[in-house]
Amino acid sequence: MPDQADRSDPQESPPIALSVDDLTVAYQEKPAIWDIDLDVPEGVLMGIVGPNGAGKSTLIKAALNLIPRAAGTVMFYGAPYEQARSLVGYVPQRGSVDWDFPTTVLDVVTMGLYGKLGWFRRPGKRERELALHALEQVGLVDFLDRQISQLSGGQQQRTFLARALVQDAQIYFMDEPFAAVDAVTENAIVYILQALNKRGKTVLVVHHDLQTVAHYFDWLTLLNVEVIAAGPTAAVFTAENLRRTYGGRVTNLNGGLLAGAAGG
Amino acid sequence: MVARLTLSAADKRVWSIIGGIVLLGALFIPLSQLLFDMRFTYTVRVVALGGAVLGLLSGVLGSFAVLRQESLLGDALSHAALPGVAIAFLLAGRELSWLLIGAGIASWLGLRFLSAILHTTRLKQHTAMGIVLVAWFAAGIALLTYIQSIPDASQAGLDHFIFGQAAAIIESDVTLVSAVGIFVLLTVALLWKEFKLVAFDPEFAGANGYRIGLINALLSTLIVVAVVLGLQLAGVILMAGMLIAPGIAARQWTQSLDQMVILAAVFGAFAGAVGAVVSALDSDIPTGPMIIVVSFLLVLFSITLAPGRGLLWSRLRQRANRRRFAAINTLRDLYRYALSHGAEDYPAPDDFIRGVRASSIESGLRQLRAAGHIMEAGAGWRLTESGIAQARRDRRNQSLWDLYRLHGDELSLPAIQEDRQLDIAAVLPAAALELLESKLKPNESL
Repeated sequence: MPDQADRSDPQESPPIALSVDDLTVAYQEKPAIWDIDLDVPEGVLMGIVGPNGAGKSTLIKAALNLIPRAAGTVMFYGAPYEQARSLVGYVPQRGSVDWDFPTTVLDVVTMGLYGKLGWFRRPGKRERELALHALEQVGLVDFLDRQISQLSGGQQQRTFLARALVQDAQIYFMDEPFAAVDAVTENAIVYILQALNKRGKTVLVVHHDLQTVAHYFDWLTLLNVEVIAAGPTAAVFTAENLRRTYGGRVTNLNGGLLAGAAGG
Repeated sequence: MVARLTLSAADKRVWSIIGGIVLLGALFIPLSQLLFDMRFTYTVRVVALGGAVLGLLSGVLGSFAVLRQESLLGDALSHAALPGVAIAFLLAGRELSWLLIGAGIASWLGLRFLSAILHTTRLKQHTAMGIVLVAWFAAGIALLTYIQSIPDASQAGLDHFIFGQAAAIIESDVTLVSAVGIFVLLTVALLWKEFKLVAFDPEFAGANGYRIGLINALLSTLIVVAVVLGLQLAGVILMAGMLIAPGIAARQWTQSLDQMVILAAVFGAFAGAVGAVVSALDSDIPTGPMIIVVSFLLVLFSITLAPGRGLLWSRLRQRANRRRFAAINTLRDLYRYALSHGAEDYPAPDDFIRGVRASSIESGLRQLRAAGHIMEAGAGWRLTESGIAQARRDRRNQSLWDLYRLHGDELSLPAIQEDRQLDIAAVLPAAALELLESKLKPNESL
């Protein structure tokens, strides 16, 4: 397990938590992501931003070996995914599962521990406590026995977050955790992400709302099939880079915002 | 730590259904002897046992197919078995074990073909299943028709594989089915957590290092095994019904996977045994259809009556809601009208109040009058003292809820689910309620 980087010392550069090299994925002939090179230092809260179809979810899924790659390697603290699995937590898109599945909130959160349990072994009292602890962190502890079909969208998202928290990973991948949740839930989720970040975890978030990018993330990757720019948000979140990511129109739409972003 | 032994109302209901069906199944033999003068010969008992074991197995495995929204999988796999039966007959003659092995191989090949299609094309799952289903079945029918034309008496009864025939089952079959069944159930018990995870969220399972392909293949192979074992009884066409009907029925009653699978097993065993016995009474009644009819009755019973999800239940709930809200809303309308005219007991004209709530007004007025909350006043309605008290309580409760939403955070009140039809005093602790009440405007406090 890597040590947490001392973030108060700017001289000592933190280790690379995630290193993506030449990653290419094609669903049909057309590449969904093409020749991605990306180094993410430990301890950043990184937004992955780009237009629809830019390959943001594809990047995450390919990194986690969920879809076949046409080329490239992905390393987690220098190890391939098969050996680094316990370092990685994953929050899929909320819509990727059937929320009418007959199970409870506590049970879904406990699923976050199945990877550590391994084949055949069943979750017990220890797993239950860990799951309860994660539910406390997302403010759902009163809902532990609730059927998942009765949850609101925001509660579903927080259940998924709790399931990832219980994985106790070093690097978290989150696929659109803010999609279709209300402002209160979004704030609650941001708070949880920032808390993770403060504990030295690396958090990668697929995000859509340009208005909040500078506010939420200290690190940013602009993606449109290829990596347009990656690095500290202050350096990357510029009008020029956004134009190269989204095309010319975006600057008109967000002119005022971008002026602020580039200046600050 | 105190173990949680208390059962919720829903749990109790599920267990009593399970108990009831088991009891019904146990009483089935003596009851039918008594009522219909039925004679349970050795053959009938063997057939009933075989039907029960097969129904149990298919209920358990079918539950997972239902939850994975792969209800058609069993259909595809069982149809796919038919050419295997025919080819095995042509190669090895009418030897049951060979026929079943042939069925299993054909079905399994259909399964591999299916996943090859899914992995290499953009066809949706049900489309791929549909095409495998008809292709394999067509080949099977062609072969069977050809076999019928061979001048050889031994092919007689081969077409029983299409619709199933209970009378064909003998004791050694039941022994085989039970042995394989125990193996299948043990596998499901051992891999419970894995099956659940893959059924709920395969992507997450994959990201956690579970080999989804392997688990899927294992579950599908178990379904192939159940299909092959059930062929003699239910036939290739209707085997799918035996797989999914118990799961669908069970899903209506429970919100927990454990209970659903147990209930599906009980439903399946019941349908299998009853259907098999009824068809064994008269060789003209085919087994497969009989089992499916019984299964379907269980489905019908469940989707009609199951609390929460059942049709009858939701109808009743809608009616109760209409009634309840008619009374609440009418009282609010009357009170609001009276207040806007300066006095709480100012009567609202009948025409006016009917104009506001055209649809539910009769029910509302009737209920309020029965409760003594309103009385007729000329051509209108006046709130009585109890009506005014009730309306005030309601208004005050709503104001407290407003205040809770507005100030809950700054007063650091406990987080509760907002449900405004509840009396907030019943869900908030007394201290928190006092804080809120202090924020009420003077004219709102009682």
